[in-house]
Amino acid sequence: MRGITVALALVGLLAAACGGTTTPGAGTSGQATVKKDLIIGFTASQTGAQNVASNKQTEGIKLWVDDVTKAGGIKLKDGTILMPQIKSYDDQSATDRVQALYTKLINDDKVDFLLSPYSSGLVKAAAVVSEQNGKVMITAGGADDATMEQGFRNIYQVYTPASKYLTGAIDLMLKLDPTIKKVAIVNEKDSFSTSVVAAAKPYAESKGLQVVVNQGYDTGTVDFGPFINQISAAAPDAIIGGGHLPDGTTLAKQLYEKKVSARFVALLVAPPEPTFADIGDAAQFIVGPSQWETQTKYSAEAAKTAGVPFYGPTGADFTTAYKAKFSAPPSYHSAGGYAAGLTLQKALEDAGSTDPEKVKTALDKDDFMTFYGRIKFSTDPKTHGKQIAHEMVYVQWLKGSDGKLATQIVWPAEAKSADPQLRK
Amino acid sequence: MSVDALVPSAIDGLMLGFVYGLAAMGLTLIFGVMRVINLSHGPVIALGMFVVYVLFTGAGVNPYLGLIAAAGLGILFGVAIYFVAVDRIINAPELTTLLATYSVNLMIVGVATSVFTTTPRAVDISLGSVGGSGVTILGTHAVAVAIAIAGAALLYAILFRTRIGKSIRAVANNRAAAELMGIDSRRVLALSFGIGTSLAMTSGALLSTLFSFTPLSGATYEVKSFVIVVLGGLGNPTGALVGGIVLGLLEGVSTVFIPVSWVPVLEYVIFIAILLVRPTGLLGARA
Amino acid sequence: MIRVRAPFLPALLVVLAIVAALPLAVNNNSLREELFLMFMLITLASSINIIMGYTGYVSFGHIVFFGLGGYFAFYLMQNFNAHFLVAALAGAIPASAIALVIGVPILRLRGAYFALATIGINEAMRTAINNFEPFGGAVGMFFNFSVYDTYGGARNAALLAYGVMVVVALATVTTSYLIRRSKFGLSLMAIREDQDVAMVVGIDPARAKVVAYVISSFFPALAGATFFFKNGIIEPGVAFDLLRSIESLVMCVLGGTGTVAGPIVGAALYEWLRGFLITTPALANFQLFLAGLLLLVVVLFVTAGLVGWLRNRYPVLRAYIQ
Repeated sequence: MRGITVALALVGLLAAACGGTTTPGAGTSGQATVKKDLIIGFTASQTGAQNVASNKQTEGIKLWVDDVTKAGGIKLKDGTILMPQIKSYDDQSATDRVQALYTKLINDDKVDFLLSPYSSGLVKAAAVVSEQNGKVMITAGGADDATMEQGFRNIYQVYTPASKYLTGAIDLMLKLDPTIKKVAIVNEKDSFSTSVVAAAKPYAESKGLQVVVNQGYDTGTVDFGPFINQISAAAPDAIIGGGHLPDGTTLAKQLYEKKVSARFVALLVAPPEPTFADIGDAAQFIVGPSQWETQTKYSAEAAKTAGVPFYGPTGADFTTAYKAKFSAPPSYHSAGGYAAGLTLQKALEDAGSTDPEKVKTALDKDDFMTFYGRIKFSTDPKTHGKQIAHEMVYVQWLKGSDGKLATQIVWPAEAKSADPQLRK
Repeated sequence: MSVDALVPSAIDGLMLGFVYGLAAMGLTLIFGVMRVINLSHGPVIALGMFVVYVLFTGAGVNPYLGLIAAAGLGILFGVAIYFVAVDRIINAPELTTLLATYSVNLMIVGVATSVFTTTPRAVDISLGSVGGSGVTILGTHAVAVAIAIAGAALLYAILFRTRIGKSIRAVANNRAAAELMGIDSRRVLALSFGIGTSLAMTSGALLSTLFSFTPLSGATYEVKSFVIVVLGGLGNPTGALVGGIVLGLLEGVSTVFIPVSWVPVLEYVIFIAILLVRPTGLLGARA
Repeated sequence: MIRVRAPFLPALLVVLAIVAALPLAVNNNSLREELFLMFMLITLASSINIIMGYTGYVSFGHIVFFGLGGYFAFYLMQNFNAHFLVAALAGAIPASAIALVIGVPILRLRGAYFALATIGINEAMRTAINNFEPFGGAVGMFFNFSVYDTYGGARNAALLAYGVMVVVALATVTTSYLIRRSKFGLSLMAIREDQDVAMVVGIDPARAKVVAYVISSFFPALAGATFFFKNGIIEPGVAFDLLRSIESLVMCVLGGTGTVAGPIVGAALYEWLRGFLITTPALANFQLFLAGLLLLVVVLFVTAGLVGWLRNRYPVLRAYIQ
């Protein structure tokens, strides 16, 4: 008994020395411990179009499992210790695979809880199956609003919803240059991008902006030449929208090549990716929304100011641990994956059991801050589980004093690491 | 709708059309010679992109030199595909050759995605631009057009000025008769497949200098090639080039008049219309 | 000589029915899901067999009817609260009507041209619906979960969907068999072998082909309606997935075109192989490559497919395996 107390005290001291935050799970001492496996299931896109981002998300989840295991497991109030085990399959970035595999996870592998695949389309598919079977699922990688407006009772979204992706960009734009009047809104014709734009357009108009172009392009579009000519002809001051990584990258490149003179360009998904820099100078001044960046400063201090508890490791700890384990810096997909795990962990601790109903009650009540940002879910029956507290940060590619392009956080002002600049 | 965009869009589309046409020429040549629809066409285009990419990022080789490597590799690869997948079933009904080339498609995409993943890649090369009064012509685009035309000219030179070209045309015309004349049709077929694949890879190499790409990018160009080949007439290389230009022009110009997302619909409707009304294409099919 | 009429069809249907009942007997939901997909693939492969195997017209874009059936049925259920069974049938009818309208012109084409035309139609339909707001455009359509209450909840709806898919698969197989054994089927096969000679013999190829095409479009439409009803979401990319179309071709060829059992064997084999490749970690990265390799081997060496090869090798089985 004594030994355990001393050991736990030492761990607590170490944790305090490392970062000043409570290591989740450490604390209870001296009770009879029952170790149980906590089986967590999800699919990852190891092949197919989503594989790059999906792998990042899986790495985030794996790091969380590692951290929990290293801390001795998730400790519940009654002394039970839960050891997370992952069960995952390759969904090949295909929706029917997702649905078949989630059914398998639920029925054959008998998972306790579910996490989601990456990308709104696949999350949508998984959510349907999860809901049909009454299993609680914490989603990362899915920002689509529509998914969270179906009256689901078991799905909880960690990503900021799509409708908020560009609203912050518009705020940033108007703060940077209030004289901007004409804006072109262009989007990939898929579920996610269409939702983003469906919210961005009325918001822009409500701010007195004139939307001079509002068109969608087919998902497979490779050449934006003719489209950009159209946009140029309308002479917009700003261009916002886009889709995913390949089209966003090409769009940015061609806007530069065609010398389009928009003073502000914000694109979805592509700018936060390090590979966006492959297009060279074309990346300069492009703004992009991101769920999280390594420079964000969500911390225990910020949590105290907001009046909510801080949970989990600090951003610095997360980044260091991630780099050590995966030899590459984390992206926001990684952070999302980790945050989903953290959310589940906190809910289990708060609920004190693995009973889905108790966990759901805990999730409904949760309002806390992590290195990833603030997390709180909607309890309105129509939008139940939708993320309502997490905010996007906006990055811009700027040339540092060394002349090299790098992303800087330029919005919101509280989180920024550099001042935003107009596109020249 | 804005007419200011008409001229630049037309020029853009036209230039791109040459590159599309080059790829389509490869497809149509193979069909003309052996009546096989090569479903591995798309991944081969993507392969051309990656050859240039690997040489560029790995050894700093200029993309245009990498292009020559791609063209050369294309011939070898095409001959290999022919002997592995097509030779045995060359006389079988269409479905068999379709599925055989499709299986090659799967294999190429499978390996390429395992090796390169689906991260978009780009070859960052800039040759400046020329322009004025709303029309900007990029250096890379101009060079691409030049090389596409050169490639087409080369193909013509081979087909009409060399003996081997004559053999190819003979086999395309009537394989049995060609064999009676002493032509080793197997070698000719293999070579034709190689040339077709080479054209596709060259086109891919050119495209890598223009757009970003993944191993899955080939699919879009493959469907475009089908449309072009039908437009120009199955088996007719001139038709493929002309069809490519027409399609490029269409894509460029129609953006001015209809929303961008309707352009593919227009393309496919025209595609079906041509098949129904004039299946031999604008320039007439060969063989 | 007494002609032995082997009871092929009843035997086949009984076997399929037993397989279908298996997951219900042992209450294994995961198995039921896998079999749901398998029966759907059997439907698709058998349908395409009618136009391709019997008539010799390679319909590359056949999945267009799957998508259309799905969209029409979904639309009816979403906006008019139609019951699933009603919506499925009401959705399959316009899909087949479209098959009739398109069929007449494009079946005039031969060989490669026809195949390309079907691709064009599938892609045209996909991109058109991508823009078509009443069908949800690019976002697609979504069920509000309360829709499942009519059926007693999502679980019961899934069960209903399973039952319907089994019935549809059995119906497709039966139709395929009846066609094969009928004069109509003979005329189709004559068209496949040599259309001009068939005309000389007095067959009206145009009419026969179109009838075959329309029949072969009806069942995928029903399958589509069922699939998307169960999934609760429908999107243009998933509904008109060219890859799935090609997969059904592959399954048909794998098992043996022109036979009744072929598509069934092909579908089962293909689905099993896919599942195996995905869940075996060592092979997962190479599954596409392996699938391609397998297809190539089959196409090069076992051109008649498994069932076809069996029938060629052991002629005595011909009466028993059709």
